[in-house]
Amino acid sequence: MTWAPKHIPEILAAAGQHLVLSLLSVLIGGIIAVALGIVCARRPRLYAFALTITGIIFVIPSLALFALMIPFLGLGMKPALVGLSSYCLLILLRNVVTGLRGVPEDILDAADGMGYGPWQRLVRIELPLALPLILSGIRIALVTVIGIATVAAFIDAGGLGTIILMGIDQNYPEKILVGGLLTAFIATFFDVLLSRTEKAIVRWRSD
Amino acid sequence: MITMEHVTKRYGEGAAASVDDLSIEVPEGVTVALVGPSGCGKTTTMRMINRLIDPTEGRIVVNGADVRSVDPVIFRRHIGYVIQQVGLFPHMTIAQNVGAVPKLLGWSADRIAKRNDELMQLVGLDPEMLRRYPRQLSGGQRQRVGVARALAADPPVLLMDEPFGAIDPIARARLQEEFRQILRRVRKTVVLVTHDLDEAIRLGDRLAIMRDGKIVQYDTPDAILSHPADEFVENFVGLDRALKRLSLFTVETAMTKGAPNGKAGKVAAGTNLRDALALMAADNSEVLAVTDASGAVLGQLKRDAIFAV
Ligand SMILES: Nc1ncnc2c1ncn2[C@@H]1O[C@H](COP(=O)(O)OP(=O)(O)OP(=O)(O)O)[C@@H](O)[C@H]1O
Ligand SMILES: [Mg+2]
Repeated sequence: MTWAPKHIPEILAAAGQHLVLSLLSVLIGGIIAVALGIVCARRPRLYAFALTITGIIFVIPSLALFALMIPFLGLGMKPALVGLSSYCLLILLRNVVTGLRGVPEDILDAADGMGYGPWQRLVRIELPLALPLILSGIRIALVTVIGIATVAAFIDAGGLGTIILMGIDQNYPEKILVGGLLTAFIATFFDVLLSRTEKAIVRWRSD
Repeated sequence: MITMEHVTKRYGEGAAASVDDLSIEVPEGVTVALVGPSGCGKTTTMRMINRLIDPTEGRIVVNGADVRSVDPVIFRRHIGYVIQQVGLFPHMTIAQNVGAVPKLLGWSADRIAKRNDELMQLVGLDPEMLRRYPRQLSGGQRQRVGVARALAADPPVLLMDEPFGAIDPIARARLQEEFRQILRRVRKTVVLVTHDLDEAIRLGDRLAIMRDGKIVQYDTPDAILSHPADEFVENFVGLDRALKRLSLFTVETAMTKGAPNGKAGKVAAGTNLRDALALMAADNSEVLAVTDASGAVLGQLKRDAIFAV
C-alpha cells in the first residue's frame, strides 16, 4: 500500500463519479421501466415486444454496447448512462410488470366498485402493491450496474473503472485491488441499505 | 330507488344472454336478495347497477338518474360495494381502508377519524383494530371491515355479492343477524346476491329468484315460500319450504292468551316458529308456554296455531 494513501482525493473523486453514474442510470432506467411497465402490464403483446428488445440489449456484452454508441454519442458519461440505463430497464421492467400483474383481481374489483378512477387506482392501490417487487428490482439493478459501470472507464466515463484500468495498463496490482474492492464495497453497501429500506417500506406484509 | 327495465347482457357478440330481458324495481329502503343457482346471472345483474358492467340493452335508473348519464367513477362513491373476497387493501390500515371512500370524497382527516370510530362501533369491532393491517384480522373481522367500508360515506344504496360467503356457518349466521340489526338502524336500499336461500330469507325483505338470466319470481319470502310460482321455484326452495316459511315468524305471531294446562315446555318470546315447532317435536307436545326474558309466562303457543300461520 504505497499508492492509495497518497491519492485519496483522486480515489474519492472516482468513487463519487462511479456513484453518480450508477445512481443516475438506475434512476433513468427506473423511470422508463415504471412508465413502460404501466403501459405494458395489461397489454401482453406489447410486453412481449418490449421484453424482446430489452432482452437483446441485455445479452450484448457491456463493452460492445458502449462501443456501439460511440458513433452516436461520442465518449464520456453520455453513452455510459444510456448503456447502463438500458441494463436497468430489463431488470426493472420485469419486476414492475410482474408486480402490477400480481395485484389480486378482487382488490381491483373492490377499488373499481368503490369509485377509484383509473389513475387513482394505479397510484394508490396498484403501484403500492407492486412496490415490494419494484424495490427489489431496483436493488438488483443498482448492484448490477455498480459492477458493470467499471467497464465504462473504457469509454472515458470515469468512475472506479479508471483506477482498475490504470492498474492493468501499468501492471500495478494495488490500483486494481483498490478499484475492485471499493466497487464491491459500494455494491454491498447499497444491497444492505436497500434491503433494509424494502423491509421498512413494506411493513404491511410482515411483522 | 333502483329500476331495471328490459335489461339484457351478452358478454361478447352473439354470446348467449347472461341476463335476459330482466326488469325489476327495488323500492327505497328495501333489501332485495337475488337468489338462484350458480351462473344464473346474479352477479352480472348486480354489477350493472353500479356500471361495473354495461348492459347490452335496457335501462337502469338509480335514484332518478339513468346510470348511463352519470360519471361512473363519481357515481360509485355513493353506492356501497361489498364482495365475497372482501377485497380489503392489504397495504392500508383498517382505518385507511374504512376511510377510503370518504377520502375520495374529500372529507377532512378529522371527520374521517370520527366516522371510522362510529363505524367500528356499528359493526362490532374494537376501534383499536383501526391501526392494524388486514392481514392481522380474522376472516370474520375482515368481513365486518368490508361492511364498515361500504357504509363509510353513508351511501343510500348498498350492493353486496355473497358478502358472508367466505366464513364458517356459525360466524356467518351471527354476522347475518348483526347485519340485519345494522340495516334496521341505517335504512338502505340493498341488493344482496347470494346462492344461499336461507341467507336470502334471513336478510331479504323481498326475494328475486333467478334462472338463466331471468327473474322467475319476485316477492316477499313469505309469498314465495307459500306460493312458489312454478316447479323450478318449488324445487329451488325445497321440500322444507313450509318450515323455512315458519322461520320468518316469531312465536308472538301465533301466541294466544292464557297459560297451558298442566305441565308444558317453555319457549322464549322472540324465538321463531320453526324452532318452536322443533321444540314441540322434541317432547311430543302440542302446546308450549311462552316466556319473557325473566321467565314469566306471557301466553301459550299451540301447535294448531303454528300450522294456521
Ligand atoms: N366476464 C365474463 N365474460 C364472459 N362470460 C361471463 C363473464 N362473467 C360472467 N359470465 C357468464 O355469465 C353467466 C352469468 O354469470 P354470473 O357471474 O352473473 O352468475 P352468478 O349467478 O353470479 O353465478 P355464481 O352464483 O356462480 O356467482 C355465466 O354463464 C357466466 O359464465
Ligand atoms: Mg356470482
